[in-house]
Amino acid sequence: MTNIERYAYDVVVIGAGGAGLRAAIEARLAGKKTAIISKSLFGKAHTVMAEGGAAAAMGNVNSRDNWMVHFRDTMRGGKFLNNFRMAELHAKEAPDRIWELETYGALFDRTREGKISQRNFGGHEYPRLAHVGDRTGLELIRTLQQKIVSLQQEDYAETGDYEARLRVFAETTITEVFVEHGRIAGCFGYFRESGNFVHFDTPAIVLATGGVGKSYKVTSNSWEYTGDGHALALRAGATLINMEFLQFHPTGMVWPPSVKGILVTESVRGDGGVLRNTTGKRFMFDYVPDVFRKQYAETEEEADRWYDDPDNNRRPPELLPRDEVARAINTEVKEGRGTEAGGVLLDIASRLPAEQVRKRLPSMYHQFKELADVDITKQPMEVGPTCHYVMGGVEVDADTGEAAVPGLFAAGEVSGGMHGSNRLGGNSLSDLLVFGKRAGEYAAKFAAANPHVRVSAPAIDAAVETALAPLTRGEAGENPYALHADLQQVMGDLVGIIRRQGELEESLGRLAELKERVKKVGVGGGRRYNPGWHLALDLRNMVIVSECTAKAALEREESRGGHTREDFPAMSAQWRQINLVCSYDGEDVHLEHKPVPTMRPELLELFEVSELKKYMTDDELAGLAEDGGE
Amino acid sequence: MGTKRQFRVWRGDESGGKLEDFQVEVNEGEVVLDIIHRLQATQAPDLAVRWNCKAGKCGSCSMEINGKPRLGCMTRMSTFGDDEVVTVTPIRTFPVIRDLVTDVSFNYQKARELPAFAPPVGVAPGEYRMQQIDVERSQEFRKCIECFLCQNVCHVIRDHEENKPAFAGPRFFIRAAELDMHPLDARDDRKEMAQKEQGVGYCNITKCCTEVCPEHIKITDNAIIPMKERVVDRRFDPIVRLGRKIFRRDQLDDPASWAGAGTPAHAPAMSGASVPGGEEAAAAGVQASETAQWHHQTPLPQGPPVGPDGRLSVSEIAMDRSGAASPYGDDITFPLPAEDLSYRHPE
Repeated sequence: MTNIERYAYDVVVIGAGGAGLRAAIEARLAGKKTAIISKSLFGKAHTVMAEGGAAAAMGNVNSRDNWMVHFRDTMRGGKFLNNFRMAELHAKEAPDRIWELETYGALFDRTREGKISQRNFGGHEYPRLAHVGDRTGLELIRTLQQKIVSLQQEDYAETGDYEARLRVFAETTITEVFVEHGRIAGCFGYFRESGNFVHFDTPAIVLATGGVGKSYKVTSNSWEYTGDGHALALRAGATLINMEFLQFHPTGMVWPPSVKGILVTESVRGDGGVLRNTTGKRFMFDYVPDVFRKQYAETEEEADRWYDDPDNNRRPPELLPRDEVARAINTEVKEGRGTEAGGVLLDIASRLPAEQVRKRLPSMYHQFKELADVDITKQPMEVGPTCHYVMGGVEVDADTGEAAVPGLFAAGEVSGGMHGSNRLGGNSLSDLLVFGKRAGEYAAKFAAANPHVRVSAPAIDAAVETALAPLTRGEAGENPYALHADLQQVMGDLVGIIRRQGELEESLGRLAELKERVKKVGVGGGRRYNPGWHLALDLRNMVIVSECTAKAALEREESRGGHTREDFPAMSAQWRQINLVCSYDGEDVHLEHKPVPTMRPELLELFEVSELKKYMTDDELAGLAEDGGE
Repeated sequence: MGTKRQFRVWRGDESGGKLEDFQVEVNEGEVVLDIIHRLQATQAPDLAVRWNCKAGKCGSCSMEINGKPRLGCMTRMSTFGDDEVVTVTPIRTFPVIRDLVTDVSFNYQKARELPAFAPPVGVAPGEYRMQQIDVERSQEFRKCIECFLCQNVCHVIRDHEENKPAFAGPRFFIRAAELDMHPLDARDDRKEMAQKEQGVGYCNITKCCTEVCPEHIKITDNAIIPMKERVVDRRFDPIVRLGRKIFRRDQLDDPASWAGAGTPAHAPAMSGASVPGGEEAAAAGVQASETAQWHHQTPLPQGPPVGPDGRLSVSEIAMDRSGAASPYGDDITFPLPAEDLSYRHPE
């Protein structure tokens, strides 16, 4: 008989990154007894990795900025596949969410007038990103963490108990969400520290578990990004959308191993850095697509003149859009002209004097010096595409964040739709604030209107059995670390940045094998803080989510944003109208086509018809003219 | 491609443990955390270690590497000699849970005891106005990634469990300083609290915390010393001391009454007469520095306590163990042989 700690809460928030903490704050402010489940220690979430800033049209730097411009940028960035209502709410509410952080104690960088400073970023028409140097994510998480502590202090003053209404369960992983009578009844998990099990009775759960990057070998994501929320939602009967869209950054470090996946900022190339293969060739000149031919230099001499005289020369091809550069690097490596570690060389050392490199790229210089002992003023960096963000996620109602299962909510990276096929830099931090708040608010309302449902005993027994299975099999089972490496290999090689039908089909076969092997995973040791056991349980989630990505990628026969098919290189107006929705029957993932919500006329009017023509079918455009849209 | 290296990793739990030896492959460019991960993947799948970002940004992988508190992800293998044995132990100030993982809940407890940011009354969200130069002082402390290496290295609580209840530690002194220097924080008793509740007085400025900070925050110089100095100023201000004798305690607890009592003492500062360098400043027509400690004499430099041979005592350095010497003498080993004891157990 296993001992299970049992708690009852009105709202349980799974995930303690920005979205989770913001949701918990809102639920607690609504007077609900709220639990926060954190896979790591409180305050260590992956949100700390965000550097650039949080996009919000406050208009502090350029007063012409407003929510409509931000909305337009977001839709363009997502190639019009975004859920328009989410993009609209996001653009409208982001400034309030940022200002609110100041009342929690956040200290953003300032303008001369003492307002929050805003910086330029790719895809944003005006300077829009509220920031603190290059550690905005840390500021955000710390601010929300400290707000939670301050709410606990209020509860302490009132009740004598810090945790009376808001409790953080640190280093706790949820492995199962219970559904009874068609709605949420509770969830089940384990404490990493003791290995003991815990069961929460709750009518409302907010998923805020982040992304899926750990299924890839080269990723900027941490170990927690195993798609737990995606998988929990699927198993609970909810659906995922847009899972084929993953954002890869073209230049992540691939060598040395200690920094594999960490981003190398685009400004390295902007400041003169060039990409070379192992034969020493500056290969980007071979990869300029015809549509860009006119804007990009054809000789090295011309490209080199551009840095000093951009008006009379064309841009160097290293500055092509992210997906083009990533594609080129990918091809060089696949054709055997890459380095042993699977990258190409990004060289700034031979291009600029050491002093200039240190002055223009201080954080990069510092990052490589401290983390990797690489002096970028003397040696080239090894770079390759790195998995960065998943646009897809739980299909939710735009206003409330509620998923297909009543009582289940999702916010942040784990939810889908907001970013369409490609996310703009800076939109993730504002996304998690806006939709974290909404999910918390509506979860609290749901909890107020719906009493607890009792979880049936067999469901709990089954959860215990699933959780203990890897330990029962012991070391005779499949090694979880080897399985994880194999999964990363499959996803990286076959469902990576550039996809082909044959490879995707092969990946499905390999994933099916892996799924069987994951059922036989086993680890030695006990239940106390046993990372092998934790990984074994996470693998179950990773393999389902990977299957969603692979199936959706095979289905979508076009290239758009974070999904590039070599065999279908163009964007298709027909496919723009379709969301691929994943569901799970307990064994396999199923795909369904659903229409993308149609934008309201007044929002459509924010765009020029000539721009809409690039994305929409003739039928849609004809309807537009009748509606009076100009 | 890699070379085999000798690693010693502490393994065990709160009931005890020991250093285990491992031969493990090390490749060029790797950090200690990579090696720990390789041990997990190849030799010890249940080796417990905390980590997250692997980029020095989250502060999870704090450990002691060859006795030095470090982040595992920021300690490159190339910093060790080719045949140097690398010894990895959990951070010592906090109770071990398992292997390299410790129970750091002390820090979360202390965080709760420190009053949070108090928003300014009557300033609506979006109306906050602060100058960059004013927020920068607090921003330095907000760089903290909460790796708790400063807490671990602080000798007030390292090996001194008994000080933990009364001492918040460097991490929370910089938090207090951050709020104290926040241009819009509505509380004005941060320094008093640091002195009365957080135990900043225990700190004797050895700067160990500053040395280990991976974010290079000047913990001692920029946070602890300003917090100490000004608290000290008030407590030992002669006028305030006089006030303490005159006023009742409840009147004293209100910082406003202190300020009132202190007003006459500030008067000479304006004239510049009693401030070090003040006469010159007054003559030059500029105000003397307000940060100068004008109201008490700068102490004369004192010689260190030396022995009859004119040298400093080096017993602590020469000792074969850390911490204070045994009050029973170092030549006695416990337990003593039972037959030498006068104690008799009751039948």
